[in-house]
Amino acid sequence: MEIKHEGRVMTVMLTGELDHHTCSKIRQKIDSCAESERPALLCLDFSGVQFMDSSGVGLVMGRYRQMSLIGGRVQVVNVPDNMERMFVMSGLPALGVMK
Amino acid sequence: MNSQNEMNLSFDAKSINEGFARSAVAAFILPLDPTIVELSDIKTAVSEAVTNCIVHAYGYSEGTIYINVKIQDNSRVIIRIRDKGCGIENVKKAMEPLYTTGGEERAGLGFAVMQSFMDRVRVRSAQGKGTTVTMEKAIIRRASPDRA
Ligand SMILES: Nc1ncnc2c1ncn2[C@@H]1O[C@H](COP(=O)(O)OP(=O)(O)OP(=O)(O)O)[C@@H](O)[C@H]1O
Ligand SMILES: [Mg+2]
Repeated sequence: MEIKHEGRVMTVMLTGELDHHTCSKIRQKIDSCAESERPALLCLDFSGVQFMDSSGVGLVMGRYRQMSLIGGRVQVVNVPDNMERMFVMSGLPALGVMK
Repeated sequence: MNSQNEMNLSFDAKSINEGFARSAVAAFILPLDPTIVELSDIKTAVSEAVTNCIVHAYGYSEGTIYINVKIQDNSRVIIRIRDKGCGIENVKKAMEPLYTTGGEERAGLGFAVMQSFMDRVRVRSAQGKGTTVTMEKAIIRRASPDRA
């Protein structure tokens, strides 16, 4: 996982397998970074994700809540086709989170 | 002609084992030559059920998770994932999409994912005793041996 900052945009390049085990570590890194940088937009890039279960959706929902607390937004990009249906089930697309 | 193959697995309810559990099940069904999508559907469903044992059934404390996989007629996969944890009070409610007792970091999608990625999901649960999730999926038998 790699985190980049461009202006007030914080981009997280997610990689590998997103499950409950890996997501708890990823979440801590993202939240501590967002807390210090206070970005206006948190961009979660899924292009490097090889496997994901509903914990990946939970990760996005949790960050959506965290970012609204500091007045920022979340955007999810490059979700592989086979993982898209889990996001659709969650209702996140209706919140304008998916690109 | 009624061929059957079976495996049993038991392991500690620790989150580090989530990846092991879904990979082990995937490795067992690999001789059926599933498509990448079929394999990924099964791995995802297993990951959901195993995670539920760790997060909900045992509430992050010690416990054992039991997996039984049966392959029937070289095509039907039956996966049973069992815990001896707290049990589920209202299974019907627990299976509703977006229902969660897991707080802000859980989507409440585990059962919905299992139901949509597998052909059939059954849940048996007794409070204080534990929960058994049984999932079935038919792997389409393919004529040509060279499909990805
Ligand atoms: N093995 C289990 N033992 C006890 N309770 C369970 C078990 N599996 C599920 N539950 C209960 O059912 C609810 C719904 O489970 P489900 O997997 O659908 O969502 P979740 O685990 O809360 O969130 P997600 O799977 O999206 O991370 C859980 O919140 C929990 O209350
Ligand atoms: Mg779950």
